[in-house]
Amino acid sequence: MHGQVTIFPLHTKNLCYQIGGKRLIKDISFSLSHGTKTFIVGPNGAGKSLLMRLCHGLIKPTSGSVECHAVQTTQKCKQAMVFQRPVLLRRSVAGNIAYALRVYGVEKRRHREIIEESLRQVGLNRFSKHPARSLSFGEQQRLALARALALKPDILFLDEPTANLDPAATHVVEEVIEMAHLAGTKIIMTTHDLNQARRLSDDILFLYRGRLKEQAPTGELFTNPKNDLAQAFVKGELLWWRQRPLSPDCDAHKDQ
Amino acid sequence: MTDFSDALTTALTLVATMDRDLTEIVLLSLRVSLTAVAIAAIIGLPLGAALALLRFPGRKVVIVLMSALMGLPPVVVGLAVYLLLSRSGPFGTFGLLFNPGAMILAQVILVIPIIASLTQQVTEDLWHEYEEQLQSLGASTMESVWTLLWDGRYSLMTAHLAGFGRASAEVGAVMIVGGNIDHVTRVMTTSIALEVSKGDLPLALGLGLVLIFLSLCINMGVHSLQTVGRRWQR
Repeated sequence: MHGQVTIFPLHTKNLCYQIGGKRLIKDISFSLSHGTKTFIVGPNGAGKSLLMRLCHGLIKPTSGSVECHAVQTTQKCKQAMVFQRPVLLRRSVAGNIAYALRVYGVEKRRHREIIEESLRQVGLNRFSKHPARSLSFGEQQRLALARALALKPDILFLDEPTANLDPAATHVVEEVIEMAHLAGTKIIMTTHDLNQARRLSDDILFLYRGRLKEQAPTGELFTNPKNDLAQAFVKGELLWWRQRPLSPDCDAHKDQ
Repeated sequence: MTDFSDALTTALTLVATMDRDLTEIVLLSLRVSLTAVAIAAIIGLPLGAALALLRFPGRKVVIVLMSALMGLPPVVVGLAVYLLLSRSGPFGTFGLLFNPGAMILAQVILVIPIIASLTQQVTEDLWHEYEEQLQSLGASTMESVWTLLWDGRYSLMTAHLAGFGRASAEVGAVMIVGGNIDHVTRVMTTSIALEVSKGDLPLALGLGLVLIFLSLCINMGVHSLQTVGRRWQR
């Protein structure tokens, strides 16, 4: 673990978020401990990315709170996030990591060593001087991951980092995530890929329409889910058919 | 037509022989306009980026006002600066009136809204792309402003060009605050106006040619820089 004093457990208490009168996150409470890879799964519109942004502090909850033990110990809660579409600055591959290190307040004399190590981890060291935006999509995502890992975060949030990648690139990203986990970084990741969740995660939060329906260890969720929606989801059923009857228009088409 | 060709021949001779008066006027024009654009950039760039980034009540009003000020009438600016710098004005003691300093000040006022407004538009697009990432990294507002300006630098060159175009083509304001004094405040545009009224078309035409040539050179230089820079940035 990077910090000497643990920042865990991370709690959310009655977390709610609404915008334009629409409640998108509804009364979510959970607790995450250190040393596990937590995956957030659920259908589109379940609020996975939103919940991650709330936990990371990118948006403020309408009510409720996100707290980590660090608040009580006055230790800084070091977090980083990798988005579904990598956002790279208009500078070199190494320059992108150097920027993050500078903003994070890492001493300049350590930059070179950290940049080399981070790029080696994701297999991009030969592109160090290339313009970051000239890399392929998969390489850009690896660079975004390297930039996040260079900060040695206690928590790494990953918002569907492999959503647009081919299997080979997905494999590389998964390996890097595993390495980060072994190095002591808490992984919190969203995914639509149930096989990936089964393969990588230790525990899972299942979300449906802004509500936390189930939190369970991965094995348990896949073999014996308690919630009926979670049961349907892990079976690959289309959840919204269970909840939303067809509109009259659709019925008319069906009759024809 | 013969008058025009005679004037053109004389003008080209003046340019080719680097006529002393012509050179002096051209150099003063460049000094005044480039200094004004540099000062306006120092103020306008962070102002535009801050407008793109910060959210505060009345922000949209400020943005609309800034856009409207791009069309500020130069004569009105000249008059305002004249009143401020005249002996009876609040800054009369500085003795800036009828000096290149007053002309720079007038041009700065005219160029700031152009640079700030164009910067706001460029950096706002960039901010939509960068916002979450910079917040995630914990960048402060100042760091974000600087990042937007640096990463948008090639697009922002257009803002500088527009500002330089406005400053170098300006007549009304510099005529009022500079007075078009020979060897002191006479620049290309005021000189062209004077020579035309005197009927000395060759010098006016020569100055016009130089003005167009300089403008072309600066634009070509900046566009080349933008092309090379963007190729590297992708």
